[in-house]
Amino acid sequence: MEFMVMILAAAVRSGTPIIFATLGEILTEKGGILNLGLEGIMLVGALTGFAVSFYTGQPWLGIGAAFLAGMALVSLHAFVSITLRGNQVVSGLALTIFGTGVSAFLGQRFIGLTITGLGRVAVPGLSTIPVVGRIFFEHDLLVYVSYFLVAFLWWFLVSTRAGLHLRAVGDTPRVAEAMGIDVTRVRYLATLLGGGIVAVGGAYLSVVYTNIWTEGMSAGRGWIAVALVIFAIWHPGRAAFGAYLFGGVVAFQLRLQAAGTRVPIPLLMMLPYLLTIVVLVFITIRQGKGILFGSPASLGQPYFREEST
Amino acid sequence: MRKITWIVVGLLVVFLGAGALAFEPISPEELRVGFVYVGPVGDGGWTFMHDLSRRSIEEKFPGATTSFVEAVPVGPDAVRVMETFIRHGAQLVFATSFGYMDQVIEVAQRHPEVIFMHCSGYRMADNVGVYFGRMYQARYLSGLVAGSLTESNVIGYVAAHPIPEVVRMINAFTLGVREVNPYAVVRVVWLFSWYDPGKETEATKALIDAGSDVIAMHADSGATALAAEEAGVYVIGYNSDMSRFAPTRHLTAPIWNWSVLTTYVAEQVINGTWRPENLWWGMDTGIVDLAPFGPAVPEEVRNLVGAARERIVEGAWKVFTGPIRDQQGAIRVAEGEVMSDEDLLSFSWFVEGVEGEIPARGN
Repeated sequence: MEFMVMILAAAVRSGTPIIFATLGEILTEKGGILNLGLEGIMLVGALTGFAVSFYTGQPWLGIGAAFLAGMALVSLHAFVSITLRGNQVVSGLALTIFGTGVSAFLGQRFIGLTITGLGRVAVPGLSTIPVVGRIFFEHDLLVYVSYFLVAFLWWFLVSTRAGLHLRAVGDTPRVAEAMGIDVTRVRYLATLLGGGIVAVGGAYLSVVYTNIWTEGMSAGRGWIAVALVIFAIWHPGRAAFGAYLFGGVVAFQLRLQAAGTRVPIPLLMMLPYLLTIVVLVFITIRQGKGILFGSPASLGQPYFREEST
Repeated sequence: MRKITWIVVGLLVVFLGAGALAFEPISPEELRVGFVYVGPVGDGGWTFMHDLSRRSIEEKFPGATTSFVEAVPVGPDAVRVMETFIRHGAQLVFATSFGYMDQVIEVAQRHPEVIFMHCSGYRMADNVGVYFGRMYQARYLSGLVAGSLTESNVIGYVAAHPIPEVVRMINAFTLGVREVNPYAVVRVVWLFSWYDPGKETEATKALIDAGSDVIAMHADSGATALAAEEAGVYVIGYNSDMSRFAPTRHLTAPIWNWSVLTTYVAEQVINGTWRPENLWWGMDTGIVDLAPFGPAVPEEVRNLVGAARERIVEGAWKVFTGPIRDQQGAIRVAEGEVMSDEDLLSFSWFVEGVEGEIPARGN
């Protein structure tokens, strides 16, 4: 029991950077823009968060700065994808390469330094609930922010007018335009805010999780998030579940090893990706039959406005 | 008559062969050395220590020029970097990561007049030598420290990849631990990565939750030391002195000092006496050592380690001397026997006292 509680608490910790990245990407993709630059944005977020925290001594300033840096970086992708109607796959990949390089270059002077990150804060009341309290409510504040963000995005997409508009833009931009929605504006907003949230996931790694900056420290978590969006079928709730599952598998196998248990590690590490492929196959088959899940119908397609004559 | 002919032919072959191997002496001012680094010079670890050795060449041989390219990925990029050094007149190139092995041989074949030194590999040629340090000696000493200071008798070990180099280090460390504390065990957690600070942190926490009160590590960032300091458990760093990450909990660290080797090679190149060699230097040369002890290490442990260090440096005793038992308790190295370098370089089993397993190759 004790062992399980520790694993699940570790799953929440190691899943949190992935949750931010996944939620950001869901927001972006719901508007119809595919962003494969997550890995690069996370790294820029991690570096910005670290650098600002280092100079100011304020981790929250660092996290805020990471959000802004993520928005700034993704604006390149937004401009290429939305205004220039360029190839979103190419532009996203370029963003990953650029973000990886620029963070490595600018981050050299911060290697080997440390900062004081966010401390743990037990939520009064909730943390005293047996088991659940220790798993979910004895973390740092940014973890609680991620809970809030999951709930907020869920509510936003399902129950608000603005969420409906966003989904319309991602599914059938032409109809959305006819309804009087400014497709370009909505797509820009979704892409920029999404990029900012992704960058916060990166900042979590450097500012909260490890308190150091190292080159390439996202170590593939951006790509995991890209897979998770599909795994979650574009749903914030399922995304949180998936992120904890992905994070949990890592924490689980490390802890099994630490406890001296023999485990087939590569098999365990493969599991989440296997599940993603299964989900992808499932959605594709259902889509072939005309059944749409949460996947935005116009994802990745540039929108050409019909010119009025 | 025939015998004499053969002797003459033989001598000629030796003479010509030696002639082909010889490199011209050069003046220190002419010496140009290129370094290929796998990581950033500021990593505080592997590459940082190599860069100190590059600077020591310039200090020891005034007028000599050195240059480096950092964060060079394994593969075709390394070829390009080495070719650039050679175009700028380098007579000596240090390739500082195992992964450059095939590229070094490829470029060396095209440029027989340039001397190459490859770190931690095994492929040699007329103009390619290999070098490494017997870090396991320092690992053993750090094991003595860990074994003396553990109270829970569980020592955690955050390990990168299951390759012979890492296995050898874990074994040397464990031999040190068990020397002073036969009840202590070393728990190994594999990361399957040289470099993932997030995972290093999580692995450290996992080991601490599983009861470890001393953590040793073989990965490239300071994340383990930082996590150990935060949790209040002792930590043994690696590569460089990691006490800045764990000011109160850092015990010591096995560290590299490549300068003794790079200046030795540079001197040979200058004198024209360089030959392809396999340099696997030990602590007696100073290439490996221990970082200064942290405040938590008591006087008697310092003395104990100092005495063991002396025996190793003097060559009076070797770390992998039998009897050595494997995890099942079977004797693998008989009493008084010493493991050969070949066996050390292909280590694929754990000694008694290690808890964990070596995943099969190919995983």
